[in-house]
This record gives sequence, structure tokens and C-alpha cells, in this order.
Amino acid sequence: MIEPFLIRAIIAGIGVAIITGAIGCFVVWRKMAYFGDSLAHSALLGVALGLVLGISTNLGTMIICSVFAILLIWLQQKKVLATDTLLGILAHAALSIGMVTLSLMERSVDLHSYLFGDILAVTNHEIYLIIFGGLTVLIFLFFNWSSFVLTTINEKLAKSEGLNTMFNQLLIMLLMTIVVAVSFRIVGLLLITSMLIIPAATARQIANSPEAMAVTSSILGIFAVMLGIYISLYFDTPSGPSIVVASVIIFVSTLFLSLFRKN
Amino acid sequence: MSSLIQAKDLEVHRQGKYILQNVSLSVGKKDFITIIGPNGAGKSILLECLMGTFMPDKGEINKKNSLSIGYIPQNFNPDNSMPISVKRFLMLRKNFTPKELKSVSDETNISDVLEKNLSNLSGGELQRVLLARSLLGNPELLILDEPAQNLDIKNQLNFYNLLNQIYQTRNISILMVSHDLHMVMASTKQVICLFHHICCSGEPQTVAKDPEFISLFGNDMAKMMSVYQHTHDHSHNEKLND
Repeated sequence: MIEPFLIRAIIAGIGVAIITGAIGCFVVWRKMAYFGDSLAHSALLGVALGLVLGISTNLGTMIICSVFAILLIWLQQKKVLATDTLLGILAHAALSIGMVTLSLMERSVDLHSYLFGDILAVTNHEIYLIIFGGLTVLIFLFFNWSSFVLTTINEKLAKSEGLNTMFNQLLIMLLMTIVVAVSFRIVGLLLITSMLIIPAATARQIANSPEAMAVTSSILGIFAVMLGIYISLYFDTPSGPSIVVASVIIFVSTLFLSLFRKN
Repeated sequence: MSSLIQAKDLEVHRQGKYILQNVSLSVGKKDFITIIGPNGAGKSILLECLMGTFMPDKGEINKKNSLSIGYIPQNFNPDNSMPISVKRFLMLRKNFTPKELKSVSDETNISDVLEKNLSNLSGGELQRVLLARSLLGNPELLILDEPAQNLDIKNQLNFYNLLNQIYQTRNISILMVSHDLHMVMASTKQVICLFHHICCSGEPQTVAKDPEFISLFGNDMAKMMSVYQHTHDHSHNEKLND
């Protein structure tokens, strides 16, 4: 008989793997890895906000991450500073303010589980959030797929064919905030970027179309989560980092296989 | 209305400088217009204004109803991070039939590379693919932004030959930014020299006889423009409210 906590972990893990795999392709294609990382860092402020206001930490994260994304786009338009500089400032400001706020709070907070995740302690409530948020992301991706892909390949070309590229970019960013908000409890804020880019980068070695890359990336993510949970249980290691280690193992073996095949 | 696009007194300014000033032009049926000018002269912005993807600060643009445009952007560089075949890339364009895909592929000689990855194409192949994509949906007007910029001389010749052929066989107008005027001399009907405003325009056959013009449109654009500025009777003031 499988323990209920393990079933919850597997369901949550599969859900997170599917959405991070799919949106992760856009992170790789659009070179948004640093943006994803910054988004996740800023999510700690969202956690603090959630706890202070007494609302769900996921909702707090979603609010802060959306504000973060919009602020970034606005500052980018103003051309105040280079994007990576802006990201660095915004992300670490949010991270530090979040940390300071959390430390000022009366009740103790398990910071470790926010930073590195704890898939084995996932609650039913969090599973509902993953399913609801995940479906939202998948539906938006499905119906906007071609426009997102064309916008990613070349913005000017997309614009000339009547697509609203600004809106598409904003939508991709907002979908990323949903993904970060519903999945940071699984691998943690510090490691969420790896779930976004490692399965997608692995899928790139195998897939021969954008769609195939997204699907492959999700499937590889599921493998990584399963293997990670197994490692975590068997060796009694922290679950978040174990999942990332598993996805790195899959990435390296795929890379070697594809290099071997090419020669 | 006989013209496809008519632009009147377009003006774009950024940070107190004119990008475009008093630019008026009209593209008619079967026109072949080449816009030349130095880097940063406002050529790409002008094309974007005409397509409606960039709003000018002043001026008006009248387009023929439901005008269909094919476009090749400047510096198109597909990224290797996305695996996508040429065919799939072409299919991302809407409103065309499979039969048209076949005929356009034959017309632009890309049938052999349809299954190839977009980022693995040679420079010449990539520009032909972009040309093919712009032709899908049977547009009345092609807007090309330095379509042969990154090609070597042999591929440039091939590309312009192909473009001439398309212009001859189809009922199509072409508006192009290009520095390779010597290669399109034979088919281009009108040349517009742009440096924030229209410096001069006219038929290449007549202006080409002008020795000043010949020295102007040599290969070295920078040198060409300095000669141009010194011999002109008006100044190139970029500042607003001057």
C-alpha cells in the first residue's frame, strides 16, 4: 500500500513537471532563464506578503511576481538600465525585503522548505492549486501556441502579420508567474529555474519541432520528479535538490547520447 | 484608388531628434521602389510605419482596403534553441493552401530544404525561405528590409535575380530597403534616398546618368553619404525646433 503523502507528492510532481516543462521551452527559446530566476527570488516577498496579510502564500507570490513582471517591462521600456541589471536589483531587493519581513514576524517560518521545497509535505490544497493553475497555463499555451512561437522566432515578423507581440510577451511572463507561484513549494524558490530549463534543454537534444520539444520536456520532467522522489526516499535526501539532481542526470546522459550519435 | 499605400508628411521623433521628417511617398500597382540611405536614417521605421506596426507621431497613411503585405524583416537570425523545420515555420503563416505552399516552394527553389531545421540553413537558403514565406497568401505588396544584407556577392546576385523574376511574373509591387542598388537597377522603377527626410527620389535610369549619383551609390555607403552631404544645397538638421 502506497502512503497517502507519497501519492500526493507524485500527483503534485507530475502536475508541476508538465507545466514547467511546457513553459520552460519558452524560457529556453526566449533566453529568460535569468528572468525566471529573478521571478522566483522575488516570490519570497510574496510568501512574506501572504503570511502578513493572512492570505495564501501562493496568492501572495502570484501578486508579487505579477507586479515584478509588470515593473520590469515598464522599466525596460523606459530603458533605465540594462535588463539583467534591472533584474538583479529587483530580484534581490524583493528577496531581501522578504527575508527581513519574515524574520520580523512573530511566528517562526520554515524558511528552508520555501527555499528548497518539500514535495513530500504537499497538502491537498496545494494540489488543487497546481491542477487549477496548471490547467490555466496549459489552456492559454494551447490556444496561443502559434502566436507565441512566431513572436518568439521574430517579433517584427509576428507584428507584421497582425499579432500583438507586446501582449503575447506579457502573457508569457504572466503564465510564468503562475507556474512559479503554484510550483515553488515542490522544488523551492532557489531551484525552480532548474525545473524550467533543464528538462527543456534536455528535450532540445531529442525533439525536432517546437511542439515535440514542449511535450518531451514535460515527459522528461515527470521522469525527473519520479526519480527524484525515489532518491529522496531511498537515501533520505532533501526532495527538491534530489529532483534537480535527477533532471541533471537525465540531461547529461541525453547530451552524451546525442553527441555519441552525431559522431 | 490606384495606389496601394499613400503616406503623407510622416514624422517620427525621439528625444528631440527627427527620425523621420516630412516623408511622403506612394506605392502604386506594379511599382518597384528601392529606399537607400545610411544606417540610422529611419528606413526600417519608415517601413514599419507603412505596414502599420509603428505609429508615427504625425502624418497620415492611407492603405487600399484589405491590402495584403508580405514582409521580410532586417537581420532575421533564427535561434538554434528552438527546433523547427522550414515547413513548420512557413505553416505559421495563415491563410494559404497546401497547393500554394508547393508552388511557392518551387518558385523560390526551397523544396529541398523544407524538412531542414530553420537554424541550419545557409544564408542564401534562409533568405529564399523568408521570401517564400512573404509570398504565401499571394500578397499585392512585398516590403523587404535589406533582404540580401548578410549574403555574399554570388548569393546576392541569385537573390535579386529571383526577386526580379518574381516581380516580372507576378502582379506584385515591391518596396525594398537595399544598399545593393547596382543589382536592382534594371527592375527598380524608383529610388528614394532617405536621411530622416527624403533627400531625392526619381527613376534610376535618368539619375544614374548623373556622375554625382554614380559616385553616390557606390559600395562604400559612408563615403557616399559624406560626398552627398557636402554637395547638397540643404542642411541635415536633425534637431527639433531648430
